Amino acid sequence: MSGERTTAGSLEGSVLEPGRSLETAALRRQRLSVGILISVVGLLLLGLLAATHGTARFALSNAFDPVQLPTVSLPGLPLVLVCGLLCVAAGAGLLTGRLAGRFQTLAGTVGGVGFLVGFLTWAAAGRALPFPVSNQIAQTFAVATPLVLGALAGVLCERAGVINVAIEGQFLVAAQAAAVVGTVTQSIAWAIIAAALAGVGMAALLAVFAIKYRVNQVVLGVVLNLLASGITGFLLDQRFSQSNLNSAPVMSSIAIPGLSKIPFIGPVVFDQNILAYLAGISVPVVWVLLFKTSWGLRVRSVGEHPRAADTVGISVTGMRWSAVLVGGVFAGIGGAFFILAATGHFTRDFTNGSGFIALAAVIMGRWHPGWAALMAIFFGFATELGSQVQTLNTPVPSDFLQMLPYVATVIAVAGLIGRVRPPASDGEPYQKA
Amino acid sequence: MTRSSWWTEILTTIAAIVLALIIGAVVMVVSDPDVLDKYAYFFYRPGDALAASGDKIGSAYFALLKGAVGSWGAITQSTSQAAPLILAGLGVALAFRAGLINIGGQGQAIWGAIFAAYIGFGVHLPLVIHVLVALIAGVLGGAIWGGLVGWLKARTGAHEVIVTIMLNYVAIRMLAWLLTTPAFQRPGRTDSISPIVDWTATFARLAGSQLHVGFVLALLAAAAVWWLLERSTLGFALKAVGANPHAAATAGMSVARTTIIVMVLAGALAGLAGVDAALAPSDSGVPVPLSNGIVGDVGFDAVTVALVGRSRPVGVVLAGLLFGALHTGGLGMQGAQTPGTVTDVLQALIVLFVAAPALVTRLLPFLRRRAARSATPESTGALT
Repeated sequence: MSGERTTAGSLEGSVLEPGRSLETAALRRQRLSVGILISVVGLLLLGLLAATHGTARFALSNAFDPVQLPTVSLPGLPLVLVCGLLCVAAGAGLLTGRLAGRFQTLAGTVGGVGFLVGFLTWAAAGRALPFPVSNQIAQTFAVATPLVLGALAGVLCERAGVINVAIEGQFLVAAQAAAVVGTVTQSIAWAIIAAALAGVGMAALLAVFAIKYRVNQVVLGVVLNLLASGITGFLLDQRFSQSNLNSAPVMSSIAIPGLSKIPFIGPVVFDQNILAYLAGISVPVVWVLLFKTSWGLRVRSVGEHPRAADTVGISVTGMRWSAVLVGGVFAGIGGAFFILAATGHFTRDFTNGSGFIALAAVIMGRWHPGWAALMAIFFGFATELGSQVQTLNTPVPSDFLQMLPYVATVIAVAGLIGRVRPPASDGEPYQKA
Repeated sequence: MTRSSWWTEILTTIAAIVLALIIGAVVMVVSDPDVLDKYAYFFYRPGDALAASGDKIGSAYFALLKGAVGSWGAITQSTSQAAPLILAGLGVALAFRAGLINIGGQGQAIWGAIFAAYIGFGVHLPLVIHVLVALIAGVLGGAIWGGLVGWLKARTGAHEVIVTIMLNYVAIRMLAWLLTTPAFQRPGRTDSISPIVDWTATFARLAGSQLHVGFVLALLAAAAVWWLLERSTLGFALKAVGANPHAAATAGMSVARTTIIVMVLAGALAGLAGVDAALAPSDSGVPVPLSNGIVGDVGFDAVTVALVGRSRPVGVVLAGLLFGALHTGGLGMQGAQTPGTVTDVLQALIVLFVAAPALVTRLLPFLRRRAARSATPESTGALT
């Protein structure tokens, strides 16, 4: 498929006018589809005007924050109107094609921000409770923590050329390990270590079948997920259902001295649990590993062109094994979050598709640790918005907001919002000549 | 397909089942504290530990076998469990043959169930017509959801794996949302459950058993898929595209058209599995009402059925029966000391071994000269 795709951006269908740079067919399609999307969203906001009443209130602080910020009241109708008009204008600007490169990006940003502000204003306008902005953002980081860690695992595997559809399974096995070891030792640290080891164990299964036995990696991922679900479910029924093996301690949030006193940002960012901080640190760590160390260069080389890497003496299987196992550490820590940040209690299949959202973040983030983490946070934001909007009692079903990550990913892989380019040998087993 | 390679695949599959049973037995022993305690004094009295292990393994597998095929009731229960597995498995197998990995059986079956159930309880029609209309609606629902994947792949090159995984979750959320709307939620209930399907839309069953129309439908679908693959022009094009899309295109076949048709058909088959979930009678004789878990894990189970069935209709029927019997046997083990969920472990292990024949021949060297090929495409390529 990749061969066809590179030629899709050929010159046929390009528009060449005096004084304007060349626009390829792919870029044109992308510009038009983003334009249509933003225009439709803008029209939708204008349509919602009829259902906007009163003022929209946004709470910038929780009741318990050290510095209390005022609750902002904004006039609902004018704000939604302005946002809707901005979206329509940005969309129209993109559709006419009169905007130069930098302004196109600006129009896209205006459309996105305009929609978010307009939608939230509409949702909060005239409600009994203010929209809890600080709560939304703080919870976003909490929801996104395992997604970020899972996405980092995916990035590491796929950069080395191994597709990891089994992030969900790694989460499950690691979560159970965290629950059991946490209960026995009553120690958060040991629970996290056990989860990381369990993640590495699942990664080793993935590696042995993908690298040594060259099983189709997608099918393998599906089977490993089933195995993880089956084995954790069976062990839960047989052994770990008694509460003396299934009630791990729960993490408390750690306020960073000084930083957590900053108004708004402090309680939102610097009052999280240890795994959230760990996830935050892991992103630059993985970036440095992949892009600033010779190990990372070798990992990327076996993901792009294993034959060439092999020729200069790099062990393709060795690099792939190491990348998959290191990824397992991150996926395992992500799995621990489900136990240690919630009830300390493992129930069957309770990761509930998070591994697949992490996979989506890998692709939306274009196999880059930073972007993948950002996408994971965006997906966390959408998921959290779903539950916040539910408490406001708006007519928007929370299910639609929770669909957002999945729909966004389909749109992305369909090339409607920028083409994503994976590592060249992603998913291809390597056989020494 | 020569005689000897048939034989090889059967041997490898049996070997995979045996290996899975052995590992399953180890898992059972290791996870039971009572049995494990006896290993503490293994060198003093090895008999105790071995007897306890043997008892544990024997009673579990006996309960499993008895629950699956121990009586006429159990056998028909197994066929009713096998029906959706066979139907969805055929959908995955058909896509495999065309070189497509259809992980979207879940979403396609959910739409099949939504459409069929809605016709079942929302519309009132005479006896035979009602069930036919509901069936066609469900097939359409699955076909549209599968066709969407084929269309996206043909038009934009979007990888079917990622699109099907994502669309599964979209379908799950749509079902969850629909069940909160007045059109689907049972009046007077606040939880996510639909009204009960009319008896006119329920699959007929043989009196006193669980042998119902769904299983017949599964066998008919398998026959139809066999005819399609082995006797029709479309089937030839499909297999050609699966073997080598570039060669097929050079020979004048439209890869895009074939991709869309295959995904429509695969979706229709998975949709049928959803129809079965929505309209087949449960033990009480009434279909299970639409709820969030209506189709279970049929989409991922279907992948295992297609793999073990080597993507061939006869194989899929046999694999569906095997896993249907496993599920039924697992349900029958509830009273035993070993939880029935051990069947989920067995199922995943069987598939893991079938997917990696090289591992089977390594563990059982006497099979080496007959190494079977894996049932899956060699490489997937990246997921975009």
